[in-house]
Amino acid sequence: MNIIETMIYPILYPDTIIGVVAVILVKIALVLGVTMLHVAYATYFERKVIGHMQVRMGPMRVGYHGLLQPIADGIKLFFKEDLIPAAADRTVFQLAPIVMLFAAMSSLAVIPFFDGFIIADINVGLLYLLAMSSLGAYGLVMAGWASNSKYSFLGGLRSSSQIISYEIAVGLSLVGVMIMSSSLNPKEIVLAQQQHWYGMYLFPQFLGYFIFMVGAFAETNRTPFDLPEAETELVAGYFVEYSGMRFSLFFVAEYVGMIVMSAIAVTCFWGGWSIPPIFIKVIPPLAAVPGIIWFVLKIYIHVFLFYWVRATLPRYRYDHLMALGWKVLIPLALLNIVVTAIIKFMN
Amino acid sequence: MNLSSPGSYMPSEYLPVIIFMMIAVAFGAVTIFVGKIFRIRRPYKDKLMAYESGIPPVGEPRERFSIKFYITAMLFVIFDVEAVFLYPWAVVYDRIGLYALIEMLLFMLILIVGYVYAWKKEAFVWD
Repeated sequence: MNIIETMIYPILYPDTIIGVVAVILVKIALVLGVTMLHVAYATYFERKVIGHMQVRMGPMRVGYHGLLQPIADGIKLFFKEDLIPAAADRTVFQLAPIVMLFAAMSSLAVIPFFDGFIIADINVGLLYLLAMSSLGAYGLVMAGWASNSKYSFLGGLRSSSQIISYEIAVGLSLVGVMIMSSSLNPKEIVLAQQQHWYGMYLFPQFLGYFIFMVGAFAETNRTPFDLPEAETELVAGYFVEYSGMRFSLFFVAEYVGMIVMSAIAVTCFWGGWSIPPIFIKVIPPLAAVPGIIWFVLKIYIHVFLFYWVRATLPRYRYDHLMALGWKVLIPLALLNIVVTAIIKFMN
Repeated sequence: MNLSSPGSYMPSEYLPVIIFMMIAVAFGAVTIFVGKIFRIRRPYKDKLMAYESGIPPVGEPRERFSIKFYITAMLFVIFDVEAVFLYPWAVVYDRIGLYALIEMLLFMLILIVGYVYAWKKEAFVWD
């Protein structure tokens, strides 16, 4: 077999195992490539948004209006020295950022980006997403423990207990969506939402959406719940000792996590790639707009929300944060489940 | 899906998940490995010390810590298992109806008793 024949083999025989794997690889490369580009520019977007909210310009020097800033940052981090503290547990220290990035990235596998485009169409997609978001906690604990530094240790302890506390609220807030759609498959959930004239579970599940978003902020360690990395008391929390490329992996994982959380919110509450049928009834040309545009637009509304909240709200105190999770969000989520179940039963 | 003969079911829709996971691990590992070729490496003793606001570290960081973190972890296990029990219930709820509703209310009632007990025992106080 010559080279050309090898290259077009998957196209000629799409049913063979090589063909199937090749198609999957192309899809994954596409999703990862686009996501990484969005992650790079999400950092730029954040600095610009927060800059303008604080009556500053944000990055302006590198390229037109600072457009090349993310690339410059990437190059800088790539060439920075990578230090492993002498007292650290080397293996665990090196593994932690990889675990973190793995957990954040793997979630992308089950997100339906638009009609018919989903890497793995599994029927327990939502459960898989929640499992992956919990796995991120291992990365934090490993980083905090392995660094062998007091700041990291306290940061790791705090963030792991914060994440597991809000994990419950996030998990319970999605049960309302599951009751309404009778499915755990993200694609089915989007299709179920299109059955209603309002086209989004945001309206009947507003309480669930609120709990989910508060939990999402806590799970991704974003302000106002960024206690694990509270600069004023713990410097950078669990990643104090990380530098260079390893630090940037944590950074990338945080932003991928933010995009994943937005994608779950969009899929479960904002109707995914579709828009409410009533919009199409009123303005028919909207039906011609490709689904991916709505999806990306909805994601960016959520990403903007993350930045907006960061620029607006002060940080929570640790005991208030834990009390909010356990004493307010969990009872509210249980209430949401009971009310949703009773209403569904009435109909 | 073939359910007739046990052991014959191949979860083939999970193949992309496995491949995605492998690529996600490789992505992190390769970035670090490639960076290793290019970056400078000049470590010395002071640089490799743990960061403690500029003074030499005093004592061991891995000391005893508050029992509250342990209690939080235990409570998490209980409530997370509850959430996992709720998922399959939510999916088949519209097929079972009233029976499922009453059973779930009972299940939640038992859990809420434990929740109130934990609250009264001040398990949710972190100051």
